Amino acid sequence: MNPGSNPGKRDRLWRSSVIGLPYAWLLLFFLAPFAIVFKISFADPIMAQPPFTPLIDWGAESGRRLLATLDNYRFLLEDKLYWLSYLKSIKIAAISTFLCLLLGFPMAYAIARMPQPWRNLLLLLVVLPFWTSFLLRVYAWIVMLGKQGLINQLLIQLGIIDAPLQMLYTDGAIYVGIVYTYVPFMILPLYATLEKLDLDLHEAAADLGARPSQVFRDITVPMAIPGIIAGCLLVFIPALGEFVIPALLGAMDSLMIGRTLYDEFFINQDWPLASAVAVVMLFILVVPIMLFQRLQQESQV
Amino acid sequence: MTEPTGESTQTAACTGTPWEDSDTRPFIELRGLSKQFGVFTAVNNVDLEIYQGELFTILGGSGCGKSTLLRMLAGFERPSAGRILIDGVDVSDMPAYDRPVNMMFQSYAVFPHMSVEQNIAYGLKKEGVARSEIESRVSEMLDLVQLKTLARYKPGKLSGGQQQRVALARALVKRPKVLLLDEPLAALDKKLREQTQFELMNIQDKLGTTFVVVTHDQEEAMTLATRIAVMRTGEFVQIGTPSEVYEYPCNHYVADFFGNINIFEATVVNARDGIVTAELEGTGTLVEANHEGPLARGQKIRIGVRPEKLLINRDEPGTAGHTVTRGVVEDLAYYGNRSIYRVRSGSGRVIEVSTQNYQRSAKLLLEWDDEVYLSWDSSCSVVLTE
Repeated sequence: MNPGSNPGKRDRLWRSSVIGLPYAWLLLFFLAPFAIVFKISFADPIMAQPPFTPLIDWGAESGRRLLATLDNYRFLLEDKLYWLSYLKSIKIAAISTFLCLLLGFPMAYAIARMPQPWRNLLLLLVVLPFWTSFLLRVYAWIVMLGKQGLINQLLIQLGIIDAPLQMLYTDGAIYVGIVYTYVPFMILPLYATLEKLDLDLHEAAADLGARPSQVFRDITVPMAIPGIIAGCLLVFIPALGEFVIPALLGAMDSLMIGRTLYDEFFINQDWPLASAVAVVMLFILVVPIMLFQRLQQESQV
Repeated sequence: MTEPTGESTQTAACTGTPWEDSDTRPFIELRGLSKQFGVFTAVNNVDLEIYQGELFTILGGSGCGKSTLLRMLAGFERPSAGRILIDGVDVSDMPAYDRPVNMMFQSYAVFPHMSVEQNIAYGLKKEGVARSEIESRVSEMLDLVQLKTLARYKPGKLSGGQQQRVALARALVKRPKVLLLDEPLAALDKKLREQTQFELMNIQDKLGTTFVVVTHDQEEAMTLATRIAVMRTGEFVQIGTPSEVYEYPCNHYVADFFGNINIFEATVVNARDGIVTAELEGTGTLVEANHEGPLARGQKIRIGVRPEKLLINRDEPGTAGHTVTRGVVEDLAYYGNRSIYRVRSGSGRVIEVSTQNYQRSAKLLLEWDDEVYLSWDSSCSVVLTE
């Protein structure tokens, strides 16, 4: 029998390739590079090409010899600099995520409650900034926040302040930059869940005696939790590793982990240590995500 | 905050016919109630009185304004004009969360993130009822709707029928003065419908709560209701008991809405002492019918006769008090317990006849193309002037 004419077999082949494709993608572009970085993090830096020692020494007298070292991780633990950059990154990413949620929720809710033709227009406006280069938009904030910037000039003209305020190159400027850049990533998933929210549930809660604020707390927010989680992850993850915004808007000495990583790779040429920094950062990200997932699954039962 | 309904108002279900008793105070009163959406009038200046313990049904096709009326009772829509009184209190401007009224939604609107128990307890928590009382009242309700074993489940795990019971329990646990039900049986399959229908009636009987049901299904309305209000284009066409609206429809629309009816064009020959004699168009057969109200000689009217009121015979029946016409069996359908015949009369009109098969026979008593006599008692003729 011709195997091509067997529909069951062809279906199965089709199905496994559909399922297999995303797995192959993850394997090739996520897991494989990660394995390489993971491997490098156990090496020693050397002045060579590539600038790290191999994991296994094939030429040793006793045959093969494992050269793996935990020195890089030990160094990360011992040097306060790394701890501080991690903590600072987590703090900035967490506060930015919270601010995005505070700003994004009412916007997403308002858009979801608009009549249909308005919704698409407003969503378009939300993603409109993406049509300009990200770098350009961050530079624009330098123009706005600088000593001679628009905001300072306006405040002086209005007589509210006498001397220009130091706004650029502060943590505040980093928050402004991150929130401004990432708020659409909060709005879009929130909108997707809020738009599907059944209005009958709101009316049912009101019917049972809930005031509008109670309806919001008891129904709207709990029902939006998948969107809140998705939005928070979409903001928190890139914000944690953000390099450009703190580099352009932040103070020179404000070390976020993205900056530390960059310095280790390109300035110090210490690939193994940089790899260790990257691996630890990944674990900082993956652990809370997995906890979230677990929580989500449990709440479904 | 709503006053917890005292036992005094929880009297037994409506017995007798309070709407005929001028001394009984209506429990729900709608006075000149209207609702406009832009230029569209959904509800047009309606008046209605519903009595305590009634199972009142508002019946109409889609877009007739019945849902808008229900939503105004619940407090989700503000009336454009008119007042709503419940138990003597004007609630027209009261927000939904303060009204002594609860609703069972067509979509059930059960909170998916709360367990069955939490769903039922929600309204009591908002009311500020003590924890111990919440527990006992929720457990009482779980018994009533037979969901005790599923108390800790999330609604997602329940069937449609079970979710509906949650919705019902959640509304009833607040001991509302009025329970509003929006198409309560529409989403259920046939078997479950019948079962739920009887359960609803039992629960209503047990608690004595006034139920207001909105439906588009005349059968549902007939079997559930103490009284039915037939609604069309924002107004009530007729309000009456199920048998009143079925047997004494006030016009063609109502007659046609409830089951099948044969309509004959006729001309009034004589009308006096509440008895009308009219000549059927086409055949010239004379019909007698009971009708109060003025009719002029020569006036065009319609005579309606329900299919089950017609007798079908091969032989000429006695004519005393009966109207008789002749025809040929054009089509027949055998349903086991009954048969339906479509008979073409002399005037070319097709008349539907429904008979109970009270004789046991393997052969059909009447066949296609049989010549038959159709007759009906003159008291069964319905005079329709509109």
